[in-house]
Amino acid sequence: MSTLPPPGEPVARLDLFQLISRWAAPLFLLLLILVFALLEPRFLHPLNVLNVLRQVSISGLIAIGMTFVILTAGIDLSVGSLLALAGLVCAWVSKGGMGDRFALGAAETVGYPVYMAASAAIAVGLIGGAIQGLAITRLKVPPFVVTLGGLTAFRGAALLFSGGGPISGFSAEFTWWGQGRIETVPVPVIIFFVAAIVAHLVLRYTPYGKHVYATGGNARAAQLNGVATNWIIVSVYMMSGFFCGLAAFLLSARLNSAEAVAGSGLELTVIASVVIGGTSLFGGIGSIFGTVVGALLIGVLTNGLVLLNVSSFIQQILIGLILVAAVALDQYALGRRNAA
Amino acid sequence: MSAPLIEFRGISKRFGAIHALEQLDLSLHAGETVGLMGDNGAGKSTLVRIIAGNFQPSTGQILLDGQEVHFSDSTDARDRGIEVVYQDLALCDNLTAADNVFLGREIKRGVWPFQWLDYGAMARRSAELFAELKSETRPRDEVRQMSGGQRQAVAIARTRLAQSRIVLMDEPTAAISVRQVAEVLDLIRRLKDQGVTVVLISHRMPDVFTVADRLVVLRRGNKVADKKIADSSPEEATGLITGAIETA
Repeated sequence: MSTLPPPGEPVARLDLFQLISRWAAPLFLLLLILVFALLEPRFLHPLNVLNVLRQVSISGLIAIGMTFVILTAGIDLSVGSLLALAGLVCAWVSKGGMGDRFALGAAETVGYPVYMAASAAIAVGLIGGAIQGLAITRLKVPPFVVTLGGLTAFRGAALLFSGGGPISGFSAEFTWWGQGRIETVPVPVIIFFVAAIVAHLVLRYTPYGKHVYATGGNARAAQLNGVATNWIIVSVYMMSGFFCGLAAFLLSARLNSAEAVAGSGLELTVIASVVIGGTSLFGGIGSIFGTVVGALLIGVLTNGLVLLNVSSFIQQILIGLILVAAVALDQYALGRRNAA
Repeated sequence: MSAPLIEFRGISKRFGAIHALEQLDLSLHAGETVGLMGDNGAGKSTLVRIIAGNFQPSTGQILLDGQEVHFSDSTDARDRGIEVVYQDLALCDNLTAADNVFLGREIKRGVWPFQWLDYGAMARRSAELFAELKSETRPRDEVRQMSGGQRQAVAIARTRLAQSRIVLMDEPTAAISVRQVAEVLDLIRRLKDQGVTVVLISHRMPDVFTVADRLVVLRRGNKVADKKIADSSPEEATGLITGAIETA
């Protein structure tokens, strides 16, 4: 016979609705995979699966950084523009200058080694993120406004830097990072999953991760308890910048080209991935696992609909609807949790 | 009487033309519970913030164990054993009870930068603290779902982590139900049992007269009363707060 809990103590109920809402995105992803697999045999072909993963990996990497930002109740609209700027700097370093920027052949490039090009891209991302983080914490300008400024300014900087044209043609060592495979798995896909696992461990199991959640949950409380909330905020924008830089390097390598218009509108896909994955725009709630699911969900949906010859306009409508539905579900679940 | 644990001598605090505190002298002894009362704007919050290290006094001295000290911020004061339970409790609703107790003071394992949280140790220590406080709060529950009394227990357990000697409680009973008030007053008694000096800032006469040993009343930045609870009465305290009685 089970004993009743003492009165006044909240009873831990198995709330079926809670359970469903928590696993809504993964369940929906599985459902989508099932439906597409039934409707279109090519969907589950290994080549197609790897293709989906490769497409997801670039925006997925940036979504990992965005998760840190949104967990602190911030937002980073500048990611697409920062990606473009970092990609151009990366390409420029790789080629050792602008001299033969339109040369598609790899042989004649006499630039710097790959690790320097990658480091340059990441450095641009980190600096861009730090500037924005400092503007948010020092100038007290809301993240939305600062990164909206970044969205415009970094794009402008990218256009200025490149003079409008692309920088193309890299060495084979460089392009391997975007086009290469390890045992048939594309390199960017491996980097994406490794980054996701590391980010997950950092958020769940380190004091830093706990402080990110605390800052998003109640910044004033976190600060009163000795959390350096300003540093946490600056750091998450640097984290976002880091992933923009890394993604910029991988994208340039994959396309064998970098251009100032790269990543236009990417911020919307990235934010959608994070939010569909259950991370609250109000901060403090969310996970990397959710973000990976959200990114995969968008990737699978897009790919499946293409295979089924559904218009890309309808894809956009569907992604929009799913986004709103995901947030509505989270809000409803949160309301029930608060009422419990 | 033994030497005071902490002593404030001639403390003033000005914000521009506003004199929030004027030449205040106050000493707190080990293990006593002091009720700090006063109307809005009397200077209670300013005094609490000075004790907690959030504000620095414009003039005056603070002596801890007879040694002059300067707190540059709240972490400084906390390192010296002074803890604050804020009116809103300063809890992160999205974290568990144990996470909140250890927020900013997590138990870590490993070597920097490869440090990870020891969730097990933090949960065990939190459970011990809740048991000491005779609260049924469970370490791994999210604070969001907790009752007012349990939330108080989390905020108070936090002050017991280090060897705190002075706990400032800012209006702990202002926004909770009658049953929970009794719970909070019990928590204050437990702190007292453990030899902690408690400063209870409250508007509620019954709370102060139930748990405090001594009454300090501020009015317009001046200390107008500092006496044993036994020698005072709620009527006198009301008069002192409003100004109907000049000093006592």
